[in-house]
Amino acid sequence: MNERQPLRGVIVSHAAVAQALVSAVAAITGIDGVLVPVSNEGCDNDALSERLRQAVGQGPAVLFVDLPGGSCLTGSARYARQHADVAVVTGVNLAMLLDFVFHRDARPADAAQRAAEAGGKAIRVTA
Amino acid sequence: MSIALYRIDDRLIHGQVVVGWGQPLDCSFIVLVDDEVRGSDWEQDLYRMGVPPHIDVVFASVAEAAERLPAWEADPRVGILLVGDIDTAVALAARSDRVKRVNVGGIHHRAGRSERLRYVYLTDDEAAKLRRLAASGVEVTAQDVPTARALPLGDFL
Repeated sequence: MNERQPLRGVIVSHAAVAQALVSAVAAITGIDGVLVPVSNEGCDNDALSERLRQAVGQGPAVLFVDLPGGSCLTGSARYARQHADVAVVTGVNLAMLLDFVFHRDARPADAAQRAAEAGGKAIRVTA
Repeated sequence: MSIALYRIDDRLIHGQVVVGWGQPLDCSFIVLVDDEVRGSDWEQDLYRMGVPPHIDVVFASVAEAAERLPAWEADPRVGILLVGDIDTAVALAARSDRVKRVNVGGIHHRAGRSERLRYVYLTDDEAAKLRRLAASGVEVTAQDVPTARALPLGDFL
């Protein structure tokens, strides 16, 4: 039997955005402990890398980054480059996280792609 | 307008620089001076990702930056020059008398450093280097974002 280890989601953001998203997902789904918040507050590149290492732990993971550029992305991309079982997706939003917590049995790259699609579908202009 | 901001920021190109400073300055180019990044295409691609397409990004070593500073200063567009640490700022100022002012924008905590401002942590050695830089005629101030007040060296060292 070759069961895939469920993915962990790590949200990497400026200020307290990541923590707020973790709380929102838990409030909506009741699922706790799957998402880990990381803030870049007070971090240089090395300190952010250490926070990511602690947040990811041993298992495979997807890093959900707030912006498609900047220190959260550069830190996450460097980390993922050194860890084959870690993928990065940018533009994190609540919709992609809600989808992710119910689909954690994919490969990291596939889960990141799915998250990008789920997050993109949630962006609409209402009539 | 030339180089409007000479900044020490250990995150190099990030939101505070591109948006916080870039928008009000109407920045058209960013010069990132870092010998390590200059030698890595992968790192350069990564930093470019955070910059809107209308802003040019130039990667330079310290030696290249010292040589090209007159041209950047003569550029009619507004530019920002970034270095990641005090040593690089000191090295650039030693090679070029074009560096007249330095903004300490973000040097974060690590072992051996103590807090001087919320966004500036320095070892005693780094503080001494900044004092020597100021003594050499470079105006050194600390300011993380444009809406904050620029603090003279004496206010945080």
